[in-house]
Amino acid sequence: MVEPANTVGIPLNHAALLKDELDIVIPTIRNLDFLEMWRPFLQPYHLIIVQDGDPSKTIAVPEGFDYELYNRNDINRILGPKASCISFKDSACRCFGYMVSKKKYIFTIDDDCFVAKDPSGKAVNALEQHIKNLLCPSSPFFFNTLYDPYREGADFVRGYPFSLREGVATAVSHGLWLNIPDYDAPTQLVKPKERNTRYVDAVMTIPKGTLFPMCGMNLAFDRDLIGPAMYFGLMGDGQPIGRYDDMWAGWCVKVICDHLGLGVKTGLPYIYHSKASNPFVNLKKEYKGIFWQEDIIPFFQSAKLSKEAVTVQQCYIELSKMVKEKLSPIDPYFDKLADAMVTWIEAWDELNPATKA
Amino acid sequence: MSSAEINKNEVDIVIGALNADLTQFLNCWRPFFSGFHLIIVKDPELKEELNIPEGFDVDVYSKADMEKIVGASNATMFSGYSCRYFGYLVSKKKYIVSIDDDCVPAKDPKGVLVDAVSQHVTNLENPATPLFFNTLYDPYCEGADFVRGYPFSLRSGVPCAASCGLWLNLADLDAPTQALKTEQRNTSYVDAVMTVPLKAMLPISGINIAFNRELVGPALVPALRIAGEGKVRWETLEDVWCGMCLKHISDHLGYGVKTGLPYVWRNERGDAVESLRKKWEGMKLMEKSVPFFESLKLPETAVTVEDCVVELAKAVKEQLGSDDPAFTQAADAMVKWVQLWNSVNSSG
Repeated sequence: MVEPANTVGIPLNHAALLKDELDIVIPTIRNLDFLEMWRPFLQPYHLIIVQDGDPSKTIAVPEGFDYELYNRNDINRILGPKASCISFKDSACRCFGYMVSKKKYIFTIDDDCFVAKDPSGKAVNALEQHIKNLLCPSSPFFFNTLYDPYREGADFVRGYPFSLREGVATAVSHGLWLNIPDYDAPTQLVKPKERNTRYVDAVMTIPKGTLFPMCGMNLAFDRDLIGPAMYFGLMGDGQPIGRYDDMWAGWCVKVICDHLGLGVKTGLPYIYHSKASNPFVNLKKEYKGIFWQEDIIPFFQSAKLSKEAVTVQQCYIELSKMVKEKLSPIDPYFDKLADAMVTWIEAWDELNPATKA
Repeated sequence: MSSAEINKNEVDIVIGALNADLTQFLNCWRPFFSGFHLIIVKDPELKEELNIPEGFDVDVYSKADMEKIVGASNATMFSGYSCRYFGYLVSKKKYIVSIDDDCVPAKDPKGVLVDAVSQHVTNLENPATPLFFNTLYDPYCEGADFVRGYPFSLRSGVPCAASCGLWLNLADLDAPTQALKTEQRNTSYVDAVMTVPLKAMLPISGINIAFNRELVGPALVPALRIAGEGKVRWETLEDVWCGMCLKHISDHLGYGVKTGLPYVWRNERGDAVESLRKKWEGMKLMEKSVPFFESLKLPETAVTVEDCVVELAKAVKEQLGSDDPAFTQAADAMVKWVQLWNSVNSSG
């Protein structure tokens, strides 16, 4: 049995790393009570809250946090007709927060994620670890068997080519979860009582050319490096699929990172995932995805971006064209999704005009 | 999987003896080696008699045996750390577990001694998953599974060809790194086994390794010998080269390579600064090897491990031969190795 950490009494860190360069994006439809336990680690940072569902409901934000909050009315007002690319009644709406942020880094966390304990019982400052992951290089071209070579106490092993030891910039830091694991509905139904109690003390770079299932529950990224690729797709209300928002973003992000020579890390930090969603509800949401992913994965595995695609936006638009061409035959949903991908980039560029050098 | 469930008759533990006195080594491993058949291969350049404690089921091979079985000229292939490959050659078992003679069992974070043999065999008996990365690492172990978004068609995995273990205390760092960080010791116990993804290259260390001999035996090639190769791991690259070949062939044939647990405790030995004094060719050779393996495509017609090794050797000779004589020699050794493998293993 794992338990969340008790953070009462942990002092607030006023010298928090990157506090003026990082926004925390939290999608919520319920409440933000969970922030209370994160206070010592997150209070120094600015929050962007994306309120899903009924916009007339008021979401109470715990005292002392500096935040901006957007509900559906705000999203519609700010994006106009382009708001169609932002999902409704699904945590995928969080990517609106990425778009409106003006910071270099984003940390996103779900409202049912508490602070985890490491094996020594100490509360894990997940954001601090994410920042460490993002600030030091990745090593996607050659696998280091001692995992992250830049971590204290670790290094590159014998045989690791010296020319590859500088690494590349890290675009994404993908964290993990103790307690309720991020299983799909069929697995949840078969193993309703399984809890993740294994604390794997490692961060590693996912090799170039390898895809992975990116979970949006505990995620950080360099918005300048990869932001426009972090579109969480069309999910929820009016859509034939749910619970594939982060997966979709992850596959797009990895293909683009591989193309642009950026790194994606996974492993630490852990958060404590407290709430198991209803597996029957999940099954209905995921149902089509379970079949579709069999075709989607080979699509992403073989996706080749052109040499001319040198910005994230260019890569993303190219991908959207490939989606339209290759995945639309599976279901008209992908045609809509491809269009939404383009709308997303247009909206992103409108809200984030490139500064001329 | 507990040691009770492992079929000990399927495993050979192969030890390359670079030190004559194996008393401490074998006594430390006794709880985990007992019941298994051991093959101890003496480094042909080691002059002293081996000292082996009682109570083990062991076959010892020395220079004389090598010369009898493969001929005097071929016996040179098995000097130094490469002596253990002779053990791989003569073994008749399905699985091989190989540990350097300066390693002893490690303790896990609970203070319990790690049964490295058991863990290696468990790794080899369970499928590998090289085609898609599972963020919860080994999906087949107790308490874990495939995560949301992992395609169902890929969940049965592929056969595991090799299990690469790790080291506490003296990690397998190269001489420059260890010399720079003389006090650094590995104290981090990472509780995970994972499959190294398809096409990802890695430096496989021979210090703590196991493999499915039936599946990929001939791919463990004792081939790359650097000038001035010595009797400390810092002065060798044979296992790293072997590993690059093994990974490439495994990828080609649709097998998997795992890394992570088990840990062994690697004792202090040698002096990294001293090793640095020797002109170390390894760095240069690795730099040339990487682009070679990255772009290498074995032909579709290479469907057996032996075919793959021969094709790989051909490519090495063609593309790397002119860069350094060490590569030409490696290519020749690889071809010779396959011939020896076939002749030794067909004579029943």
